[in-house]
Amino acid sequence: MTRGLLHPTRRGLLMAGGAGFLTAALPGYVGAQAAPIKIGFQLHRTGIGAAYGRWYERTAQAALKAINDAGGIAGRPVEILFEDDATDPKRGSEVVDKLTQSDGCDLVMGTLFSHVVMGSAPRAGELKVPYLVCSEGYHVASGALNRWTLQPGITDVRAQISTMAPWVAANLGKKVTMVFPDYAFGHDHRDFFTAAIQAQGGEVVAQIAVPPTETSFTRYFPQIPAETEVLYHVMVGPAVLTFVKELGEFYGTGAKPALFGFIDSLEAVDTATPGLEFLEGSHFWEAHPRVKAADAGEHEGHYRTAVGVDDNGASVSDAKDVSTYSHMFSTWETLYFIKQAMEASGYSGPGDRQKLVEAMEATTDLPYGIERPQGAKRFNGKTHQVFGSQHISQVQGGRLVKVHTTTIDEGLYEDAVDYTTMSF
Amino acid sequence: MAFGPFLLLALMEGLVTAAILALAAAGLSLVFGVMRVVNVAHGEFYMLGAVLAWAVTTMFPGPPALAFLAAVIIAPLVVAALAAAADGLILKRLNYDPEATIVATIGLLYILQQAALSLYGPNANPVTAPFEWRIQLPWFGYSGYKLFVVAAAGLVLLALWQFMTRTKAGLVMRATQVDRSTAQAFGINVDRVYMGTFALGAGLAALAGVLIVPIQQAQYLMGHDPLLLSFIVVIIGGLGSLRGTLIAALIIGLSDGVISMFFTPTLAKILATLLVAMVLVFRPQGLFGAKA
Repeated sequence: MTRGLLHPTRRGLLMAGGAGFLTAALPGYVGAQAAPIKIGFQLHRTGIGAAYGRWYERTAQAALKAINDAGGIAGRPVEILFEDDATDPKRGSEVVDKLTQSDGCDLVMGTLFSHVVMGSAPRAGELKVPYLVCSEGYHVASGALNRWTLQPGITDVRAQISTMAPWVAANLGKKVTMVFPDYAFGHDHRDFFTAAIQAQGGEVVAQIAVPPTETSFTRYFPQIPAETEVLYHVMVGPAVLTFVKELGEFYGTGAKPALFGFIDSLEAVDTATPGLEFLEGSHFWEAHPRVKAADAGEHEGHYRTAVGVDDNGASVSDAKDVSTYSHMFSTWETLYFIKQAMEASGYSGPGDRQKLVEAMEATTDLPYGIERPQGAKRFNGKTHQVFGSQHISQVQGGRLVKVHTTTIDEGLYEDAVDYTTMSF
Repeated sequence: MAFGPFLLLALMEGLVTAAILALAAAGLSLVFGVMRVVNVAHGEFYMLGAVLAWAVTTMFPGPPALAFLAAVIIAPLVVAALAAAADGLILKRLNYDPEATIVATIGLLYILQQAALSLYGPNANPVTAPFEWRIQLPWFGYSGYKLFVVAAAGLVLLALWQFMTRTKAGLVMRATQVDRSTAQAFGINVDRVYMGTFALGAGLAALAGVLIVPIQQAQYLMGHDPLLLSFIVVIIGGLGSLRGTLIAALIIGLSDGVISMFFTPTLAKILATLLVAMVLVFRPQGLFGAKA
């Protein structure tokens, strides 16, 4: 009786079956050795933060590629799951929930708008998942949030303002009128700048709060007192271009106060847009100069190439697609911060989340390098907030030109909270 | 700033609001008056007008003025065609039942909004104004384009008035508004009148969107505010009354300009809403509406 493929023996069947089973199981075994680290990204893909969301995603993708090309985190590949929160606080907490519970992410990061941070952080605390925001608000360092929420990639409004106020008082004037959005982020500006300029012997002569969903601004400008020497403006959302244009129409060729703006008023907006000529000579705070500075660090060029941004801060594929350059570096730096803390803590999975936060809190000096293209930073583990240098740029010939840089020390202030004493 | 110039600026800003509002609300009022359809998707037609204006001006190669002229013509026509299709495909199938059409237009609102999000994206994009002209007054500067918007809206509304009162099509629409079945008995093709009215209403909203977009930016969520304000205007003016709509738009626009400048924009919204409540309690048919 001939035996062959059509008439296998029992032993042959068992062996073939066993071999087949092993073959099928092998990738699972290998995969378990190098299961990817999953990072959840709470993204403002739609809603009023969409311009920021677009660039946060591109920057995070670029950093992800760089990290994976260099071997991932502790030898494990990394993947990012982007989830849109529509720049909405309620959706925000649902997104944190989904990324953590359904998608099994190791941690969540990336939120910019402070009202979304305020809406989402409590849920991250309940789920006991590290929540790394890229937001600028003072809410982390103020102690309003929890042990699971950290801001390692971008400085906060309080630090930014305390470095700007002395410069404004010394160079532009002492009687300041403020225009700011009427919610948490704008209130940080209002409170800290008012106090900081008083410390310099100046005063805020008027505070003009604008609802964040406003689409028309001319009606607010008559409230600017005639005695104003400096108009301090910070605006966010899709209507920022309308805001600066209407400001230009209002003042036009007439006499106007010196303008000092936070670049938020111009993020994703081309400074050479018709109607913005009046900004010539005015000053802006920038975290990271949009137009490549003459004395930019050695990693600046590499960072711009990786993200796809030219020397003017616009997309290399579309010169009209201007980036949110002073904010987006925070996603890059936050990813490298995660890498550093995971490797230091020997992180192996969600069971090590507490160990991971403790490793983050133990971090202090963050030197300049490709990990931190914006510049060297110092992390305060007690307040969960990072500190860094700031820049002032002037509009010259329709382009932002860096004219001043602060030190890290100028932005330091006394701790308002010690999160490390709180329970997990 | 002294009181005089302050008031002048407030009135100028109020006029711009009133002009845009009058255009959008006239469309809403027309649709309700003739068809008895409460069009919740009206704000999305306004948004589509703005978004299409961006698309047309971006693709049009010529100077900004010509590109904008093309947008003024093309965008309202496209939106009107879309509205006519929506009428034939959705509203007509529901026999223009008042409750069913409210639900259907809510659905339409989301379809249009999400379609804009998918095809156009979440970003706010600027449209270049047809001309860059600033008026420098002794106290402040003002955009010449905003004054152009007021004039253009006035002309369009005048043309609409003439159309409704002087042309045969207007007569047919008014006849249908007064009594649908009698109009039908006299040989009027009511279905076509309805389709035309819905298209005209949407076209007016789209035109308002095109006119506003060089001042604001085109974004997929921009339909909310005009919808709410249009409803306020139409309720105060009287549903279906063009004259009432114009007067109410002026009241709401100017009071919004003045109150938000001297006090706060929030107070202006509170007072407008209060006025709506008062009108609903004491004169439910609106200032100029006929008694039901």
